[in-house]
Amino acid sequence: MNDVSADIPCRLQINGKTYAADLPPSVTLLDLLRERLDLTGTKKGCDRGQCGACTVLVAGKRVKSCLVLAVSIPDAEVTTIEGLSPNGQLHPMQQAFIEADAFQCGYCTPGQIMSAVALLAEGHTHSREEIREFMSGNLCRCGAYNGIVDAIEQVVAQQNRNHTGEAA
Amino acid sequence: MNVISTNIGQSVSRIDGFAKVTGQAKYAAEPHPPGLLYGVIVNSPIARGQIAALRDTEARKIPGVVEIMTHRNRPHTALFEKSYVDGLGVPGSPYRPLHDAEIRFNGQPVAIVFAETFEAAREAAMLVEVDYERWPHNADFEAALHQKYMPSKTRSNYVPPKSRGNAPEAYALSPVKVEGRYHLAPEHHNPMEMHATTVIVEDDGTFTVWDKTQGPQSVQAYLTSALSLSGDKVRVHNPYVGGAFGSGLRAQYNVFLAALGAKMLKRSVRVTLTRPQMFTHVFRPEAVMDIALGASPDGTLQSMIVEGVTDTSRFEHNMENIVVWGLINYKCPNATAGYTIAPRDTYTSSDMRAPGATTGVNFFEMAIDEIAYACNMDPLTFRLNNYSDTDAMHDMPLTSKALREAMVQGAQHFGWHDRPMAPGSIRDGNELIGWGMATGIWDAMFSPTSARARLTADGRLHIATAASDIGTGTYTILAQTASEAFSTPIDRIDIELGDSTLPECPTEGGSWTAASAGAAVWLACQILREKLFKALAKGKNIPAWVKQGLEQDNLTLEDGILHGMNENQKIVLSFQDALSLIGQDALEVEETAKPGLRGTISQMRKARFTHSAVFCEVRVDQELGIVRITRLVNAVAAGRIMNPKTAASQVRGAMVMAAGMALHEESLMDERVGRFMNHNFAEYHIPAHADIPDMDVLFVEEKDSEISPLGVKGVGEIGMCGTAAAIANAIFHATGHRHRNLPISPGS
Repeated sequence: MNDVSADIPCRLQINGKTYAADLPPSVTLLDLLRERLDLTGTKKGCDRGQCGACTVLVAGKRVKSCLVLAVSIPDAEVTTIEGLSPNGQLHPMQQAFIEADAFQCGYCTPGQIMSAVALLAEGHTHSREEIREFMSGNLCRCGAYNGIVDAIEQVVAQQNRNHTGEAA
Repeated sequence: MNVISTNIGQSVSRIDGFAKVTGQAKYAAEPHPPGLLYGVIVNSPIARGQIAALRDTEARKIPGVVEIMTHRNRPHTALFEKSYVDGLGVPGSPYRPLHDAEIRFNGQPVAIVFAETFEAAREAAMLVEVDYERWPHNADFEAALHQKYMPSKTRSNYVPPKSRGNAPEAYALSPVKVEGRYHLAPEHHNPMEMHATTVIVEDDGTFTVWDKTQGPQSVQAYLTSALSLSGDKVRVHNPYVGGAFGSGLRAQYNVFLAALGAKMLKRSVRVTLTRPQMFTHVFRPEAVMDIALGASPDGTLQSMIVEGVTDTSRFEHNMENIVVWGLINYKCPNATAGYTIAPRDTYTSSDMRAPGATTGVNFFEMAIDEIAYACNMDPLTFRLNNYSDTDAMHDMPLTSKALREAMVQGAQHFGWHDRPMAPGSIRDGNELIGWGMATGIWDAMFSPTSARARLTADGRLHIATAASDIGTGTYTILAQTASEAFSTPIDRIDIELGDSTLPECPTEGGSWTAASAGAAVWLACQILREKLFKALAKGKNIPAWVKQGLEQDNLTLEDGILHGMNENQKIVLSFQDALSLIGQDALEVEETAKPGLRGTISQMRKARFTHSAVFCEVRVDQELGIVRITRLVNAVAAGRIMNPKTAASQVRGAMVMAAGMALHEESLMDERVGRFMNHNFAEYHIPAHADIPDMDVLFVEEKDSEISPLGVKGVGEIGMCGTAAAIANAIFHATGHRHRNLPISPGS
């Protein structure tokens, strides 16, 4: 009989670095990041996919890392908040969050930012209503919602200006 | 050079922003000492009884499990019950985790598993078997109301209601009357960060405790007292707190159990509650309020009668000020109020954002809307008609009250004057549109607070106080305060908070931190400036122009540099050079801001409050009853605003929570087992992005030199007060239905 709790090889690309180790199958991607790799920028707010604080990018798409077992996504490319500004140069979304006062306690913030970055790629940013709808998987108890929408709109506007600039 | 002022009153972006948007800010569950153990708590599934048998053999077989701590094998803790009373404890017998076999509430910890990994601890916790002897319990609030009482010892901040005139008689004689019973469901704070503690056992055996708390010094005192540890053995850190809203006022069981585990095992320990466990401790009490209002047909209030009850546990007497607010805020010759608490077998309810006022102000403002309609008068006009320029309950003058201006400016911004009076008169397709308003009031408090200011040889100014920034913007406003008080650019100022070893500061809460810690920092910077000037005056190798400047009182401090005149030439001296000239590596002062004699007399003679006027638009789907909030405007009179950007965020944030109170949030009790059963974010809905429209916050000018040394009142709670009522009143205007229970759901 196979031992269901026996360690399983895990191999991931996390923020551009290869991670490889044998892990118990019960380790979630979130707990791997926080407890074994000290990447505590990814937050645990519910551990059951209801709050969005643990949002990271897996192959460029937003994923709730508390609902993913680390060994279940071999060789996946994972980007966390720490990987968004590798050289200390803030991502435009991070900068916009500061300017728009899009957080208070800061705990849901990394998840909101990762979700917002994915949202830009998804293209659901045509109106404040659409942004609200597609950001609703990320809860904020401090109630910084207005600021978060402002920040996302600000980055969308920057991108549109850059895009127009390139076209011209 | 384009110098942007970072003084008090400027919209400075948060100085802790970089740490927060990059994930570098470390919260309680995030330090990682070597050899860290993980603790997972096993909770009681019954509300009352005792542990009959406890078996942990299977749990101990899980590889990595180090110890399973219960009431049987725990290390020694304090002998006397009073040693477990925390800084913001309420009268009664405090809960003592793992003290004995008795179960006093559902969710009470009965064991904690410590293991080398989180996964092993979690798995083993599921294998701990407990048999219980069940005793009868009551967790039903309606049933508890039959046992309501007034404790012989009341909570220290309890304000007893004071009657005036003859309210029952005046009510009987009033031509216009409304009365009703209002009900508020229990609510849980649910900060996004779950309560957590990491205890680092240092090489010398001392404990460095990272706890999610609003008061590091309070937790430090609690741990040393309850665990019988010596005071210098424990240091508590909380540099970043992932929200709290009152849940971090009292020490929670996670910090006690983590420290007890560290004491037992002499190893570093981390305990993080799960989201369901966040429903096993503090919550905003369930409440009922009976309100009867009488008026004359011209819209003059004649009588106000308020009776309120909130819940508490069987072992502590938690109390709130819910019945006094209307009596304070409205002119009315006859008024009376009464308050009691009702015990049930749950954990003790506790303060949640604007405790007491959130319940009492909102219900009273819903009743005011109702009587305004009964008088056929616009609700705003009715409020202006019955406006009180004093604290009408205590018959005391106020330091300031710009509520009238708030009502007028808020109404203008919202466009209130176009509002048709009749309910159900605005429609858009399938939706009924309603406009409602309410006013808010909250205490403006000031507590003695200490701060340290230290100028170092690199020219930087270091400020330290044991305050907590729970998302309130405290780092930023204190930096602004120091920037102005010491005329130094904000990027040369370091703010250190959230450490029990720093100068004394009361637990963060009640909107008092901005006024209190702000005053302490201001004072420390003023004294440091004096100390620097005195040292320069006394020094030996000081340039003549500096000495002369000091004598003639024309040496100034600007932009972090000393300025003076030398033979009609402007000349400057950096802090670095100044310290070098006086031969010091650093200059330091620690000061305590107190109300002083004048302030104490003022506190006795004048009442002090923050006020607001809230305006709301809702759209109600005619068939489904679903309510959408489409506009919210809040005009706030809160004295001097230290940072309009972060202050507006504070007010907006409270309005979001108030939207939850009005429409969504309700902890549902299963009376049979005594447990809140919807203990997760799917079943306890807090407002999400899509629930919240754009909200406008206006700050009304209000100069108040008496309220606190900097003229600040604080803005953390005021957004809760009145917002839920404005929403409920807008729903009435849309639909013609009065709802007296919050939250209002389509089914009601």
